[in-house]
Amino acid sequence: MITAVAERPCMVCGDGSPMEPAWARIVAFHQESSNTASYSLQFVDPEKRKQYQFLPGQFNMVYLFGVGEAAISISSDPTCCDTLVHTIRHVGSVTFAMNKLKEGQCVGLRGPFGSHWPLESCRGRDILLVAGGIGIAPLRPAIYQLLKNRDQYGRVILLYGVRSPQDMIFKEEVEEWQERRDFQVLITVDYPSEEWTGPVGVVTKLLRRVRLDSQRTSVFVCGPRVMNRAAAHSFLSHYVPEDQIYVSLERNMRCGIGQCGHCQYGPKFVCKDGPIFSYASVRNLFGKDEV
Amino acid sequence: MKNRVLYTIDKRELDKLIGILVRDGFKVVGPTIRDGAITYEEIESTRQLPVGWTDEQEAGKYRLKRRDDDNLFGYVVGPHSLKKFLFPPKQRLFGIKKSGEDGFVFEARQPEPPRYAFLGVRACDLAAVDVQDRVFKQAMSDPYYAKARNEAIFIAVNCPEPGGTCFCASMGTGPRCSTGFDIALTELKTTFTAEVGSTRGQELIEALEHETTDANTSHLVDLMMDIASEHMGRSLDTNDLPSILLENLQHHHWSDVAKRCMSCANCTFACPTCFCSNIEDQTDLTGEHAERWRTWGSCFTLEFSYHTGGYSRSSPAARYRQWLTHKLASWHEQFGVSGCVGCGRCITWCPVGIDITKEATVIADDYRQSRSRQESASLEEVGS
Repeated sequence: MITAVAERPCMVCGDGSPMEPAWARIVAFHQESSNTASYSLQFVDPEKRKQYQFLPGQFNMVYLFGVGEAAISISSDPTCCDTLVHTIRHVGSVTFAMNKLKEGQCVGLRGPFGSHWPLESCRGRDILLVAGGIGIAPLRPAIYQLLKNRDQYGRVILLYGVRSPQDMIFKEEVEEWQERRDFQVLITVDYPSEEWTGPVGVVTKLLRRVRLDSQRTSVFVCGPRVMNRAAAHSFLSHYVPEDQIYVSLERNMRCGIGQCGHCQYGPKFVCKDGPIFSYASVRNLFGKDEV
Repeated sequence: MKNRVLYTIDKRELDKLIGILVRDGFKVVGPTIRDGAITYEEIESTRQLPVGWTDEQEAGKYRLKRRDDDNLFGYVVGPHSLKKFLFPPKQRLFGIKKSGEDGFVFEARQPEPPRYAFLGVRACDLAAVDVQDRVFKQAMSDPYYAKARNEAIFIAVNCPEPGGTCFCASMGTGPRCSTGFDIALTELKTTFTAEVGSTRGQELIEALEHETTDANTSHLVDLMMDIASEHMGRSLDTNDLPSILLENLQHHHWSDVAKRCMSCANCTFACPTCFCSNIEDQTDLTGEHAERWRTWGSCFTLEFSYHTGGYSRSSPAARYRQWLTHKLASWHEQFGVSGCVGCGRCITWCPVGIDITKEATVIADDYRQSRSRQESASLEEVGS
């Protein structure tokens, strides 16, 4: 379902045009795994800091001086917009350059962009979150919201798949979540270490360990393409309604405002109609090759 | 048909009109001959128009030819459209430099557009501007486009002689200009009739020697346009076309077209509505200055669909399918109109003559025929 842009927080950017970034300072840095780190950022301009708000699942365009821009989801608590966090895996030119920055240095930001996890319309339902690797980053703001308003939802379950135990990010937090009685957290790895005693295999295999009440469950999925596909199809085969399966899709976002055309997915602009789509709204495209 | 008030002006008044526009600070852009084609360039006099010339257009073919009269607008559209003025092919969006400890300051911003007066533009070009408005003038508008477009004056010309690749009648955009102009001219032997579309247009007409067109001439113009509608070089049945195309993403014809398509992107650059762009960030050698540039992009290039997971559309078949289904189908869902205005540029300027009307029709006819076969089969079943 497309969320009307009017309901979303206003975009913060430079003052000249929507394509100009605003400057934000790195105020804290946390190494999450060998190739992934979290950066806490604050807009330099206090006005922009005050103005900035986002919803869980939205993203910013992060600009590195002369290198370029990359679409990065926001991984922090949406109720604390003063400082926002990007959790970044260093894989591309922009994210590699990000790795060289130190606390106190600046990046450019434009955002927030895109649709969000439908926490409002899913009130009263069981929420099943499925994360693959770095895919947990855009789900974390939703988790914060769910736990803060825990009484408004049915069961809350996280299925989290990572390549190996060392690749797990938000480790301390995930361990805290596992301690909670009102939050079921299941983790699986592809390549176990010697100490690993938990499940091994793809994240969809964890479904067997969960009691799924398909008619009252909403599913939020974010991971690599293959995982998204497998997860969506296995929930469909468990009779979760098509309009209650939400998937965050990855595409080449360049402008964030539906003008450059790069992120088109059939009639959808992933940057503004997505990145989060209900399965029902992309049924005709989902899983088709070369669309 | 709506009741149009027409004025008649002598052809010589056109130079006076250009003079007024130049005096008022407009950059007058009109058709002129350059490199063997009629393109839109800055002009200062009617002498620069392709007086007495016409164009012959077919799939993959464009030739200029002498007319046996001295008409000023006796041709249709060339490879250029208004796109290159409102949405420049290459534009610097900003320039910044490092300043102090880890800070940056803006050195350059997106430029201010000139005030344009577009002369001799066609109904399909006006329709294309309306289509691009829906891309660049929404909630998050492009400041350059919005300003250039809002301040521009459009002196349009109706097309009494459609070209070989024209199909604006099928797309409902021409050959007569219906909206979006300040003045719409129809060229007759020694005069123009002028229809006014705005108060600015009215003021310009008032400044010229003019008289109200008599009923006979007005009727003649109607007749000329009706005949033009019936003499389009191409046609396209748009009935249910968006849903038919989207239901046939796996049709074998996409690969058939791909065998001919060179993925050269000519069609997207000639197209007056294609709006995709690339964003390029770069630094100078000192590393102190950085710039962001926006250049026209094309869904026909491989890198267009690149993302960290790979290429979304690696085959030419997928890229042609993306372009055609975007133009004729998904554009409706995105912007509430077709992305095709029927100008025929993509057909003329395709080096191998791929014809959007033909390719879409192959798929649509195939689908319509198989559906009617199914329907008659199910009727027979009911009957027996």
